[in-house]
Amino acid sequence: MTTGYQLKRADFIFKNQNDWEEILSKNIIRNPQDLINDLISSELKGRGGAGFPTGLKWKLSAEAVNDTKYVICNADEGEPGTFKDREILSKVPFKVLTAMAVCGHVIGAKEGYIYLRGEYFFLRPELNKAISEFDYYCREINFDFTIRIFMGSGAYICGEETALFESMEGKRGEPRNKPPFPSSSGYMGKPTVINNVETLAHTYTIFKYGAKRFYDLGVQYSRGSKLFSVSGDTPKPGIYELELGMSLSDFVDEFGDGDTKAVQVGGASGFLVPRKRFGETVIGFQGKLTGISLPTGGSMMLFNSSRSMFNVLDNYLEFFREESCGQCTPCRVGCQQLLNGIKAVKRGEKNAMYLDKLLRLTETMQYTAKCGLGQSIANSFSSIVENFREEMIY
Amino acid sequence: MNPISDLIRNLADQHGRNRQNLLPILQGVVEQEKYLSEYSMIEIARELDLPASEVYGTATFYSFLEHKKMGRYIIRICKTITCSMKGKNQVQLAIQDMLKIGIGETTADGNFSLLQTNCLGFCHMAPAMLINNDMFTELTPEKVREILSVYMNKKKEGESNDNRLST
Amino acid sequence: MINITINNKAVQVEEGTTIFEAAKQNNVIIPHFCYMENVHQIGSCRICVVEVEGGKTLMASCVTEVKEGMVVHTNSDRVRSVRKVIYELMLSDHPKECLSCWRNQNCELQDLGNLIQITEFRYEGAKSKDIIDTSSPSIVRDSSKCILCRRCVTVCNDIQGVGLMNPHHRGFSTFIGPSEDELLGESVCTNCGQCVLVCPVGALKEKDSTSIVWDAIFDKTKTVVVQTAPAVRAALGEVFGYDPGTLVTGKMASALHELGFDYVFDTNFAADLTIMEEGSEFLGRVKDAFTSPEKAAVLPMITSCSPGWIKFIEHRYPGQLPHLSSCKSPHMMLGALTKSYFAEKMNIDPAKIFVVSVMPCTAKKFEITRPEMFSNGLADVDAVITTRELGRMIKDGGIDFRFLPDGEFDSPLGLSSGAADIFGTTGGVMEAALRTVYELVTGRELPTENFHIQPLSGLSRIKTADLKIENPLAEFSFLADVTVKVAVTSGLTGAAELLDEIKTGKSPYHFIEIMGCPGGCISGGGQPRPVNDAIRTKRLEAIYREDEGKALRKSHENEDVKMLYRDYLGIPLGHKSHELLHTIYIQRSKN
Repeated sequence: MTTGYQLKRADFIFKNQNDWEEILSKNIIRNPQDLINDLISSELKGRGGAGFPTGLKWKLSAEAVNDTKYVICNADEGEPGTFKDREILSKVPFKVLTAMAVCGHVIGAKEGYIYLRGEYFFLRPELNKAISEFDYYCREINFDFTIRIFMGSGAYICGEETALFESMEGKRGEPRNKPPFPSSSGYMGKPTVINNVETLAHTYTIFKYGAKRFYDLGVQYSRGSKLFSVSGDTPKPGIYELELGMSLSDFVDEFGDGDTKAVQVGGASGFLVPRKRFGETVIGFQGKLTGISLPTGGSMMLFNSSRSMFNVLDNYLEFFREESCGQCTPCRVGCQQLLNGIKAVKRGEKNAMYLDKLLRLTETMQYTAKCGLGQSIANSFSSIVENFREEMIY
Repeated sequence: MNPISDLIRNLADQHGRNRQNLLPILQGVVEQEKYLSEYSMIEIARELDLPASEVYGTATFYSFLEHKKMGRYIIRICKTITCSMKGKNQVQLAIQDMLKIGIGETTADGNFSLLQTNCLGFCHMAPAMLINNDMFTELTPEKVREILSVYMNKKKEGESNDNRLST
Repeated sequence: MINITINNKAVQVEEGTTIFEAAKQNNVIIPHFCYMENVHQIGSCRICVVEVEGGKTLMASCVTEVKEGMVVHTNSDRVRSVRKVIYELMLSDHPKECLSCWRNQNCELQDLGNLIQITEFRYEGAKSKDIIDTSSPSIVRDSSKCILCRRCVTVCNDIQGVGLMNPHHRGFSTFIGPSEDELLGESVCTNCGQCVLVCPVGALKEKDSTSIVWDAIFDKTKTVVVQTAPAVRAALGEVFGYDPGTLVTGKMASALHELGFDYVFDTNFAADLTIMEEGSEFLGRVKDAFTSPEKAAVLPMITSCSPGWIKFIEHRYPGQLPHLSSCKSPHMMLGALTKSYFAEKMNIDPAKIFVVSVMPCTAKKFEITRPEMFSNGLADVDAVITTRELGRMIKDGGIDFRFLPDGEFDSPLGLSSGAADIFGTTGGVMEAALRTVYELVTGRELPTENFHIQPLSGLSRIKTADLKIENPLAEFSFLADVTVKVAVTSGLTGAAELLDEIKTGKSPYHFIEIMGCPGGCISGGGQPRPVNDAIRTKRLEAIYREDEGKALRKSHENEDVKMLYRDYLGIPLGHKSHELLHTIYIQRSKN
C-alpha cells in the first residue's frame, strides 16, 4: 500500500563538477541576500540528519556582527550505515569547496575548514590536491578564502556541531550548552556556519540551477533530493540519489531482497521501521504527512528475517556506550544501564517487565541528555523494543 | 637530542603552539610513533605550556590517539551492525588465527596490533577494516590472509607509505 | 528587565539571568547538583532540568538564560519524574556505603535524595574505576565515590590555575583525576584542598589525623600541645550550627582544654612573631636595595606562610624562589619554639612533646612533612587537623560545644595582637606587617582609620596599595618620600599573574602577600562547608571584629613576644631565629 509517494531517482550530486570555476566566480559577485533568498526558497534542509533549514542558518550567521567568522564542513560521517559524504568528497570535492567559498562570501568569512574524520585519512592526498587547485583559482580571481583540513581522531560524538568545535579547539569533544548557537558563537566563539558535506553539495546544485529546480523535487516540507546509503540485506548496496518523500514500502520494493523484516532509517540514532509500517512511513522531514515521517541522514539498513533484532539493538547500544562523551549523567550512565539491562533480560536475570523500566529510562534520556546522541537513543530503543519485544526476551 | 622532543618541537613549529593546535600535534606524534607515551605527552605539555593533565585528558578522549604502545601496523576491524552481519567475526577469527593475538593485543615481534572500531563508512562493501590509514573492504577470511601476508613481507623490505583504498 | 512565568507566577528579572537564578530570586529553589554559584556552571548533571514551554527537550536551568515571554515549569510531572530517574542513575554508579562514609549526613548526594524522595533502586550494576589514592599527606582521593560533577576540575584549572584535575577517557570510563596512574603525592598538586571544599560527596577528603591526635592525648608519657590558626575561630562555630561569622574563640579554647590537650596555645602568638621576623627581613632587603645595590637584594619580597602557595611557586616559578621571605609559617614557628623555648622553660624533654596544629588548611598537613621543618632532629609540628576534623573530635569527645563557657589560651605562647588575628584573611598579613613596619620606619602609628588599609580588604582577586613614607627616622632616611607599593592576592591564578610580572621584570611592588586559597585562610581547604562569597564575607568580618575588639593591635607591642626575644631569641633574624624560625625552598619540576 503506497500513499502516492513514489520512489523517484535524481541525478544532481554526482553530475560532473567541471563548471565549478564558473559557478564560483558567478556567485561570489552576487548579493549575499540574493543567495540567502535562493536557499530559503529552495527549502533545503540539512542533510546530516538534523534537518535545519540551510538558508536560515546562513542568514543568521550573516546577520551576526563579528569581524571573524568561519565556514566548517562537517565531514565527521560516523553514523552507522552512512557512507555518502566520503563518496562526495572523493568524486566531486570541488562542489563542496565552491559551496564553502560561496558561504564565506555570504556570511563574511575568510576561512573554511573541513573536519574530516580520522578514519578517512586516505582521502587526504586527493582532497589536498583539490584544495591546492581551488586555492590557486581563488587567488586568480582575487577571492580571499582559505580552506584547510582538520583531522578527527576517532570520536563519533565530534559529528555533533558543538563537540566538533571543542575538538577543533584542541579539547575533548564534549558538546556545549545550546544556546548559544553556532551562528552566534561557534568555533573559537565566533559566528560559524557548520554544514554537512551533502548539504553543501546541494547548495552547489541550487546555485547552479536555481532554487526552483531543487524545490520541484520532493514533497511539501521535504523538498529536493537526498543521497541514501543503502546496505544490509539488499541486492543493491550502494549510494543512491532519490527524491525525498518516498514511502518506505516503495523503497523496500526497489532495494529489499524480498524478505525484508525491518529497515533502520537514519542509522543507530534513527528509527527501526517494521514491515507492517512500511506503507505508512514516508522518508522526509515533517510529521505533517500521513503516518510517520522521519528526518534522516540517509542511512538505510535493511534487515531480513534471518536477523535477530536483539543483536541489532545490542550492537547499537554497544556503539553508543563507546561513543558517549560521558559528560552528562543521563547518557553516560543511561547507555551503560540500557546495554546491561537488555542483556540481563535476555539472559533471564531480569524479567520482561524490566524492559518497560528501560523504556522509561530512554524517555528520560530523550528529554534530559545534553546533546543529540543521548537524546536519540530512545528512537531505536523504543522502535525495536516495541515492535520486536519477543526477540528481546527469548 | 631526544628524537621525540625534536619531533614535538617540529610539529609545534609547523602547526603552532596554541591550544587549538594540540590535536594536530598529538596526531603527528601518533603518526610516527604509533602511540603517545607518557614522556611525549609531558613534552607536548611543556612545549605548549599546558598542564600535563589536560594533554592526557584530551588525548585519552579520542580512540585513534593510542596511549598504550602499539605495533607498527594497527588493524582496526569494524564491529558495527552491517559489518557484523556480513561476516566480521569470521574475518576477525582469521586474523587472530594468523597473528596469534586477540583484540587489544600486539604480536610479540611488535608488528601488528588488533583493535575493534566503529562504522568505517563502507557498509555497502562490508566487512571493512583499516590497517593504519589504509582501508580494506569486502573482506573474507582468505582475502584478509592475503592482505596480512603482504604486510608481513612489507616489513622485511622497509615501510611503504601508500595511503590508498583497496578493494 | 525580562518578563517570564515560573510555575504560573509572572516574574521580572534582569537580562542575562539564568532560569535557576530567576527562580531563586522568586523563592523557587530548583533541585540541582553540580551547579555551584560563581564557581561551577556547566549543565552536565542534568538534575536541574526544567520544562520550558515550546522546547523539544527539557533545559538545564543553571545554564539557560531567560528570554522574554518564557514559560517555565520547575515541578511538573515530567520534570519530577525525570529527576528521579537521573538521581537513580547517579546512585547506580555510587557505592551504597553511607553508614561508613565520612560524609554521612554531610553529603550533597544525600541531601538531594532527601529532596527527590526515591523509593526504589531501579538501576544497578556497572561501577566506574575504583582508585583510592592515599599518596598525598594532605588529600585522599576515592574515585569509587566520584559522581563526575567536575567541580574539582573547574576549581583546580580555572579558579586555582594548577591544572591537576581533568577528565580522562570517554563515556562510562570517564574518570576525573591527575594523569593516568599519577598519584597526588607525586604530582604538581599544591594541596590547597579547594577541590576537597567543593566536592559534594566523599570522593575527595583530607587525610585523617584525628586518630593519631587522640592517641597522643591519651598517651600519658606525652605532653600534648595544641595551637589554633586565626581562621579557625571564625568558622568552627558553623560545625555546631552557629551562623557563619560567629566568633567562638573562648568556647574553642575551652573545648580544647576539655579534649585533654595539656597546653592550648595560639598560633596568633607566632603570627606576631612572624611580623617581627618578616618585617625585619623586609626592611633589611629594602635598605640593601636603596643603599647597597651591590648586594642585589631581591624585591619584591613575598610572604611565605601559605604552604599551598609555596608548593605552587616551587613547581611553576622555581627561578623566583629568592623572592620568598625565608620565614616559616606561624604554626611551624610556634611548633619549633614549643620544643625549644617552652621545653627549656618548663623543663620538659622536647622529644616527649607532641604538637598539634588546628588549621583551616589541608596543605599544612604536607608542610609538616617537609624535611626543612625539623629542628634538632624533631618535627616542629607533629600533626595537623583541619577545622572540620576538630569539629568531629569535639563531637566524638561528647563535648556539648554550645554550652561551654569561654576559656583562655595558655602562656607563654598564647598572647596575641589584633594584627595576628587578621592573618586569617586575605590582606591581613600585609596589613599586620605594615602596622609594624610603618612604625619602625617613621616612629609613628599607621595613619589610617582603625589601622586598616582599606584598598587591601575585601575579596577582589588582586588588591594593591601605596604607602608614602614621610619624615622617616634617621635610620631609614633613604625611604624619605618613597612610595612603598604593595600587592595582595589570594588564589593561585592571582599568584601566577603577579609572578609573571616579576619574571618579566615588570613588577612595581616592594612587598607582596600571597595566600593560596581564594579569600585567604578563611576559605582554606579544611574549613567547614559550604563556602561561598557571602560566607567568606561574614567570616572576614568576624576576624576584623576580633582584631578591633582587642586593646593590643600591633605585633611589636606583644609583651610575650618581647619577652621571647629578651629571654631567648635575642634580636629578629638573629642566630637562634635562623635556626628555628627560618627555612629554605626546593626547586620542583613543572609536571
